Amino acid sequence: MEKKVDQVSQLKTPKTDTEVRQIWRHLRRNRMAMIGLAILVLFLISSIFAPLLTPHDPIKLDLINARQAPSSENLMGTDWQGRDVFTRILYGGRISLMIGFITVAIGLAVGIPVGTLSGYYGGKFDLFVQRFIDILIAFPGILLAIVVVTILGVGVEQVMIAVGISTIPIYTRLVRGSVLSVKEEGYVAAARSLGIGDARIILRHILPNCLGPIIVMSTFRIATSILWAAGLGFLGLGAQPPDPEWGAMLSRGREYMRSAPYLTLFPGMAIFLMVLGFNMLGDGLRDALDPRGRKY
Amino acid sequence: MYGYIIRRLLLAIPVLIGVSILVFSIVRFIPGDPARIVAGVHASESYVERVRTELLLDEPILVQYSVYMGNILQGDMGRSAFTRRPVAEELFNRFPNTLLLTVAAMGIATIFGMSAGIISATKRYSLFDNFTMLFALAGIAIPVFWLGLLFQLFFSVYLGWLPSSGMETWRNLVMPAMTLGLATTALIARITRSSMLDVLGQDYIKTARAKGLVERVVVYKHALKNALIPVVTVMGLQFGTLLGGAVLTETVFSWPGIGRLLVDSILARDYPVVQGAVLVLALFFVLINLVVDIIYALLDPRITYGTQEGN
Repeated sequence: MEKKVDQVSQLKTPKTDTEVRQIWRHLRRNRMAMIGLAILVLFLISSIFAPLLTPHDPIKLDLINARQAPSSENLMGTDWQGRDVFTRILYGGRISLMIGFITVAIGLAVGIPVGTLSGYYGGKFDLFVQRFIDILIAFPGILLAIVVVTILGVGVEQVMIAVGISTIPIYTRLVRGSVLSVKEEGYVAAARSLGIGDARIILRHILPNCLGPIIVMSTFRIATSILWAAGLGFLGLGAQPPDPEWGAMLSRGREYMRSAPYLTLFPGMAIFLMVLGFNMLGDGLRDALDPRGRKY
Repeated sequence: MYGYIIRRLLLAIPVLIGVSILVFSIVRFIPGDPARIVAGVHASESYVERVRTELLLDEPILVQYSVYMGNILQGDMGRSAFTRRPVAEELFNRFPNTLLLTVAAMGIATIFGMSAGIISATKRYSLFDNFTMLFALAGIAIPVFWLGLLFQLFFSVYLGWLPSSGMETWRNLVMPAMTLGLATTALIARITRSSMLDVLGQDYIKTARAKGLVERVVVYKHALKNALIPVVTVMGLQFGTLLGGAVLTETVFSWPGIGRLLVDSILARDYPVVQGAVLVLALFFVLINLVVDIIYALLDPRITYGTQEGN
């Protein structure tokens, strides 16, 4: 008898492990998702190890070498102030990745608690939250971000807060929806009938089962945040010179579109590839995390 | 049905009030003296004082808001901090340009996106299908401002076919509308394809085929109408993205619309114009969503219109 109990408890621990492994196995077979992941890993490595990968400085001016065409010395040429474009793109990856992760973290930090309480308890609080979210969603996201930037002023941190705030309604609604459907599951009723408290039910039974959609949404939202932040940078409302932010680089680069088109080409390509990477991974994760579509 | 439409209209009211509160708050949230912020950095002391009395800054905030709302309902959005011209006039002049651009972009996206989606679904796994799916993936990842610059580089600088900016003739509209519409085209293609594939697998389609109906009739008469519902939803949601994209597209192509006005005003700290532009864009978006929800209800008689919140 005791041995049997032992076996059962042993079975329990690796269960989540297999779940993750199953998802990974499914994801690994998805060629598009793997390409996306490879792109992202490449960006991650190149932004972390940027100082080791390039001998140039991303900020320091070198006016004598301004607007040199791409060569073996300057892989993507130099900009109007003689800075190596390749170097600036490597360092710019840091800014974009940071913006992507931090904005989503802001959305999660508010969206998960508010959405969970709203979905779990319902009632007046839910009604109030939903009306408030309706108002925020009635604003096109980027417009909301622009309003917040107008109030806070320009800069990378301000953009992170602005874009982060505009993701809050999306997460709140998503989490609320997931909680509403998970709440009706048998195991939640079972836990409740065992006299387990609300906090424990939410943390141990409901939220872990809402993780799938949250992870998928986050992958896509990182992509959107990066696009928006680059857009704000392009408009002059985001990162300010001399920050090597891709959107801001593009907006200055366009002044030299005729004589130095590579100043327009490469930063845009970087934004495109990073966003593409997150989207491809997100598509794969969505398929892998949907148990109905998953073949064991 | 009419009950639903009326309820939907009523639900738009708190949303509009919320939007107006947000817009009203902009100049009061910015650090500094609101009167100076509204009047502009270069305004004279006497003008600042005039603005201060107009804004009723000494009164309670609720009074300030109700006066502000009253003015807006009468079409008075204050005066630009730079030109001193009425904001409403400026917006009124520019709004048709933004409308033209977004509608043209949506038109392009609907025609190309839906055609591509339908062909892809009926010829699944063909070369065309693979190409469409690849395009759909790239289309939503490409930054709209970069796409605009690439078009300019290719069609204006290298080929010299299209003017790179301004809005004199219809040829000025081609590139901005294509730029703005591309991401939506990609999304509509993707949704149409998956929705068509869903519907084509249903029993009533098998029945239609078993009756010996021509494939064309099956696809366009039986499948398409039902496949359109998710497409319409996405189109409605996409209008918001289009309006956001319009801000960027208008800036790239020097298109004299509200989006560009908004950006220029933020950079110039012309806050009365910023408030007006945000208000008009948000209002437009709320109206579009309202129309889409009503179309949606007309398309799908199965929808029940109870509110689920608060249960």
